[in-house]
Amino acid sequence: MSHADDSQGTRRDFIYYATAGAGAVAAGAAVWPLVNQMNPSADVLALASIQVDLSGVSEGTQLTVLWQGKPVFIRYRTPEEIEAARSVSVSELPDQGAENANLGDEADASDMNRSLDEEGIWLVQMGVCTHLGCVPLGESGDFGGWFCPCHGSHYDTAGRIRKGPAPRNLPIPLASFVDETTIQLG
Amino acid sequence: MGGIPHDHYEPKSGGEKWLYSRLPVVGLIYDTLMIPTPKNLNWMWIWGIVLTFALVMQIVTGVVLVMHYTPHVDMAFASIEHIMRDVNGGHMIRYFHMNGASLMFFAVYMHLFRSLYYGSYKAPREVTWIIGVLMLVLMMAIAFMGYVLPWGQMSFHGTAVITGLFGAIPFVGESVQTLLLGASAVGQPALNRFFSLHYLLPFILLGLTLVHIWAFHTTGNNNPTGVEVRRTSKEEAAKDTLPFWPYFVIKDLFALAVIMTLFMAVVGFMPNYLGHPDNYVMANPLATPAHIVPEWYLLPFYAILRAFTADVWLVMLVDWISFGIIDAKFFGVIAMFGALVVIALAPWLDTSSVRSGRYRPMFKWWFWLFVVNFIVLMWVGAMPAEGIYPYIALIGATYYFGYFLVVLPLLGVLEKPDAPPSTIEADFDDHYGTSGDTSGSSANPTPAE
Amino acid sequence: MFRTLTLSTALGLGLLAAGGVAPALAAGDNHVEDFDFSFEGPFGSYDQMQLQRGLQVYTEICSACHGLQFLSYRNLHDEGGPALPEDQVRAYAAQNEVWDPTLFDGEGDFRPATPADRFPMSNLSNAPDLTLMAKARAGFSGPYGTGLAQFFKGMGGAEYIASILTGYEEEPECALEGDPMDGYYNTAFAAGGFPDSCKYEDGTHKVPGSWIAMAPPLYGDDVDYADGHSTELEHVAEDVSAFLMWTAEPKLVARKQAGLTGVIFLALLSVLLYLTNKRLWAPVKHPEDH
Repeated sequence: MSHADDSQGTRRDFIYYATAGAGAVAAGAAVWPLVNQMNPSADVLALASIQVDLSGVSEGTQLTVLWQGKPVFIRYRTPEEIEAARSVSVSELPDQGAENANLGDEADASDMNRSLDEEGIWLVQMGVCTHLGCVPLGESGDFGGWFCPCHGSHYDTAGRIRKGPAPRNLPIPLASFVDETTIQLG
Repeated sequence: MGGIPHDHYEPKSGGEKWLYSRLPVVGLIYDTLMIPTPKNLNWMWIWGIVLTFALVMQIVTGVVLVMHYTPHVDMAFASIEHIMRDVNGGHMIRYFHMNGASLMFFAVYMHLFRSLYYGSYKAPREVTWIIGVLMLVLMMAIAFMGYVLPWGQMSFHGTAVITGLFGAIPFVGESVQTLLLGASAVGQPALNRFFSLHYLLPFILLGLTLVHIWAFHTTGNNNPTGVEVRRTSKEEAAKDTLPFWPYFVIKDLFALAVIMTLFMAVVGFMPNYLGHPDNYVMANPLATPAHIVPEWYLLPFYAILRAFTADVWLVMLVDWISFGIIDAKFFGVIAMFGALVVIALAPWLDTSSVRSGRYRPMFKWWFWLFVVNFIVLMWVGAMPAEGIYPYIALIGATYYFGYFLVVLPLLGVLEKPDAPPSTIEADFDDHYGTSGDTSGSSANPTPAE
Repeated sequence: MFRTLTLSTALGLGLLAAGGVAPALAAGDNHVEDFDFSFEGPFGSYDQMQLQRGLQVYTEICSACHGLQFLSYRNLHDEGGPALPEDQVRAYAAQNEVWDPTLFDGEGDFRPATPADRFPMSNLSNAPDLTLMAKARAGFSGPYGTGLAQFFKGMGGAEYIASILTGYEEEPECALEGDPMDGYYNTAFAAGGFPDSCKYEDGTHKVPGSWIAMAPPLYGDDVDYADGHSTELEHVAEDVSAFLMWTAEPKLVARKQAGLTGVIFLALLSVLLYLTNKRLWAPVKHPEDH
């Protein structure tokens, strides 16, 4: 076998491999959009974060907004409610985790870790009972917080489970202040 | 599979034998891929692969589009806009699907003209041919129902016109139309059922594709000479053929890549060129667009539908003989469906003893006139039915039927065909100027095209 | 082989050319001016400042009657579109109110719109929605109904809108002979009423266009542009037409980029497959060389 034959064989192999490689890339490029289309579309993503105007909420009242298909409770707490929530020791609570998406998993369920601001005026939490997903009623129950009428779960003024079948505190979604009177969810 | 003698799959290892005795799927794939294929196939023998690829592409993009589409008269149009604006890459997927229909019809017409020119429909390939014509009819139905789904003005009023064709059937027409629409007019029931069928029928088309391939794998491919592969022995057959893999797979993939390059250019730079602007207006039952025109690929048949008006003497004659049962409207419908039926009958209408048009000096002229006529019909189908256009349509429709019903039968008698080469091998060697090891030289000095 | 190729190419081109016929007939006997838009051609893209000006024209003038029901406020922030900053989009949306059925304990109430909401629908029943108007109208139909002109001059929907906006003219003299016409004479509008006194005996029209119900919306100097761009009638019409092209086809630039990448890559793949095919067949076609 001559040298010329050898190099021709190598060149042939190279073209075969290059073609197969390019074909594989083309197939991959065609498949990716077909998979990616299943990711959330732009209109869904646009609703992933909303801004809520708090200027109309006065002390001792709460606002319920719908966010990603679920109710969110935004409460302007009174000093008494804050006091009641802060006087409880974490060790007495059935669920001692903060359940706060803005903090890490290690944060404990102290009232400081539950409220949105330093003074503890604003409490923002999902209005979905952690038991079976009913919407709890505000300003009711044995602890002056929320009460779920479905199976009798009592939450305190920081939205922490105190009594009843619910296993966890009401979860706190990602939330932050955009300005003095506006918060952003998500 | 019968046909050309060749090496079949032999299970060797224990595992292969185990599977082979239970499910011979490897053998089926091997025999399909290794099928002996005439080695002189030219570049018109690529459209089958293009069509198979396009069908799979349409099914895949279609399934994906359904994930975002809503078949409801109030939401269909908006859900298409949702796909075009919000879904990740949705505009490309939708434009692929939309123009994919055009790609399929472009390829199917090329495929059809190839078969008409090289006599691929003639014995023993009549079954392949008839299945092919059935697939064409099914494709038209699928394309039409898909066009309804965006629920634009053309979707809506086009549906009214096309289902109105069935209303032309004497006595039962109105009931048939109501049955198709699920109501007396186009509306939610029609949209829902067309959506269902548009999803289902492509899979049936895929099934027919497999039967189509099975049929021509049984008879063997036709080829540009129309001369059959020698089958007396494996050695002789091997001189006329090459295995499908890798020779024709690579050749077809090359052709497919070129066509997809052009297709990508259409999708990327002029995706709405082949569509109708009115379909970007939401369906409105109260306002009919000025001109209702089907998509380009249905235009030749639409032109035939409109060609036979009440003032054509043939129509008047039929009307009179049938006591008015077959009026001009029904005549047009019969003509349109008849245009598809005569294609299916081609194997029996063509009386020539020679298969390939390459060796038929008179046929060539009539064939190319038929192709030009088809394009003229396509053009005139989009023109308003006024002025000179109806006359052009009538002449075109007359030649369309004349080609099948008069020209093909008569040419077999009148024409003196040239002698085709004795073997495929001789044709191939002549073309590439190789002497090879054959003595079977061609009777025709320049058969290559 | 080459003859086959030539013949099939001719056949293919014939099919394609005839295929382009369908969209041709949307436009009738009217005059569409060929404007030079930045988004035309394979590499064209939207002019961000022009889209912002067009949005201003739309907001101050068109939106009094027309709607953009398929466009969301958030789209104004999109890259390649007007790309307004997020706070401006929020402020723009808040100028409008939307009905929100979740408010007022599920009974529904109006609230200021947010970026996630859509633009309002048309206020008048005879004012069509404008979101897709630039794709719903073909600007160029010739020659001979093949529609090829729209390919060579750009798609044409935006040109059509700009031509309508600049196409208002004095009524031709022939129209004064017959009964007075409803509406306004416009040289670019084909689908409106047309007086018999302006037709020749064979029915063809003496003057282009027809009578449109919409009063002239623009006269020139209708808006004040912050960027100091000319507010002549033609420029304002061009800006709002470009904006409406964007509302109709917001993914135009992404599409052209994907198309270009795809064409280049597939062309490369074609070349590689051609070489593979050639090498594969060489021993069969030219056995004496091997």
